[in-house]
Amino acid sequence: MSSFVSSSTLPPAVSAAPARPRLGALVVYFVVGLVFGVLITKGELISWFRIQEMFRFRGFHMYGIFLTALPTAILTVQGLKRSQARTLGRAPISIPPKQMGRGVRYGVGGVCFGLGWALTGACPGPLFALLGSGVPTIGVAIGAALVGTWTYAWLRPRLPH
Amino acid sequence: MTTHWLYQPWPWYVVGPLVGLMPATLLLLGNKLFGVSGNLRHLCAAVLPARPAFLRYNWWQEGSWNLMLALGIVAGGFVGGYWLANPAPVALAPAALADLRALGLHDFTGLVPRELFAGSQLLSWRGLGLIVGGGFLVGFGTAYAGGCTSGHGIMGVADLQKPSFLALAAFFVGGILGTYVVLPWLLG
Repeated sequence: MSSFVSSSTLPPAVSAAPARPRLGALVVYFVVGLVFGVLITKGELISWFRIQEMFRFRGFHMYGIFLTALPTAILTVQGLKRSQARTLGRAPISIPPKQMGRGVRYGVGGVCFGLGWALTGACPGPLFALLGSGVPTIGVAIGAALVGTWTYAWLRPRLPH
Repeated sequence: MTTHWLYQPWPWYVVGPLVGLMPATLLLLGNKLFGVSGNLRHLCAAVLPARPAFLRYNWWQEGSWNLMLALGIVAGGFVGGYWLANPAPVALAPAALADLRALGLHDFTGLVPRELFAGSQLLSWRGLGLIVGGGFLVGFGTAYAGGCTSGHGIMGVADLQKPSFLALAAFFVGGILGTYVVLPWLLG
């Protein structure tokens, strides 16, 4: 569904609590992360150089990724929703809508993140992958990102959303 | 010289569709919403003693699956970027190479420019701006926007959510500003 809830109130800090995590399930998510990590590394989505090439509109590589990843993601997720598919554990699949509000958080927060993405050449997924690939200073960047998130947590009540 | 395909970079038409399967995979496995930046919040909630409301929740119950995903990504980065590292310089478009040379870069091997991400760079303003300043903006911006390239750019877009399209557009506005304004200023 493309509908969204228009509201001036802040969205809930965290969605409804899931069931208690089980060890087997956690291993599965580790494996999914491993596969994703290998893909974004070998596909050079985590390359500082490729991100620069993308923001300068100088090459097709990153756009080729987007133009194949997004239709695949849209078709599969919409397929799951339309067929009212269930999880492998027979639980219902539900995707809570994001609240648009005034949209300030997406615009201003998005621009802040975009600036950081251009400088570090990495968004959060790539930060973790680059750490694993053995770039020690990325650990400092992750530390700075934690301070950034913590700063937002403090400023949250005073920021427009 | 030919290099085994495992060591070469993988083409976009292989990686793109596989990355696109991530949201559906996580929905099928346990009704999880694909995203990575939530982990920054979970880590803050887990580690920091003084916690504002945004960080007061059961981070293990909410975020353990996501933290395991992040741990997997670290392992994947090791497999893909260390064990199966591409020995050759990145095959950028010639125009992109020319742009980056004009910025003063010479070494195009590895995943990040050594000239900017070496440990010694942390002792310079440009290194601090790039690594610490950039990292801070990533953490602040994703928390403010409520998602990153994964959560908004892939998952939110896959669900056709308008806020995610807006966020993705803003990511690019910020990225272009960073590329054409902040980066030349830092490296100038």
